[in-house]
Amino acid sequence: MQALHFLQALARIARAAPKPAHSARTRQIRHAAYASMAHSSRSSRRTWSRALLHRLRQRQQQRPGRLLTVRRRVRIVTPITSRPEEPARAETLRQLVPGGRGMEYCNLLEETADYVQCLRAQVQLMQTLLDAFSS
Amino acid sequence: MSSRRRRITDGEINELITKLQSLLPEPRRRNTNRASASKLLKETCSYIKSLHREVEDLSDRLSDIIETMDGDSPQVEIIRSLLN
Repeated sequence: MQALHFLQALARIARAAPKPAHSARTRQIRHAAYASMAHSSRSSRRTWSRALLHRLRQRQQQRPGRLLTVRRRVRIVTPITSRPEEPARAETLRQLVPGGRGMEYCNLLEETADYVQCLRAQVQLMQTLLDAFSS
Repeated sequence: MSSRRRRITDGEINELITKLQSLLPEPRRRNTNRASASKLLKETCSYIKSLHREVEDLSDRLSDIIETMDGDSPQVEIIRSLLN
């Protein structure tokens, strides 16, 4: 389902007229990539996928009318209660996995594994499409 | 501090850490003591960041390709056939 969702989004982006600027289109494609990951049937019940969808929707609502530039995903650091029983780096991981901050450590690891698998699948999908389009 | 937190066994943590290990691109040692758990988390963070960068880069390149596409492009046919 991840692939289908992404392809449909890509087709919509390709059909858009008038054609958006390159940077705007890049942003749309990136948005579609993360949305496809979150919508995939394996992941839709995951905390990370709900958190990601929420973040994507928030971004969409902020966007209209602004000059669009491609920027890296910026994380806003909020005060977090320290968790001394966790290994170091767990905190960084919490910031990288959507919704990670509120998770129990055990859930964080599980969600991370799922998130990584989804990310890899998305990257492979996009690479495959690129190869298909470039041949 | 919170009493809501259920008691997580070391076994469960180790299992998940092993699973994460298997997802990382390079083969690692299999022991899961605390020091290597932290190292594994560090590598996982690096890996996730690199995957995010790849999504960014691939989005950019797909954007390039789509720019040159019109209704007659073979790429459009590929998309159509994949969707049917």
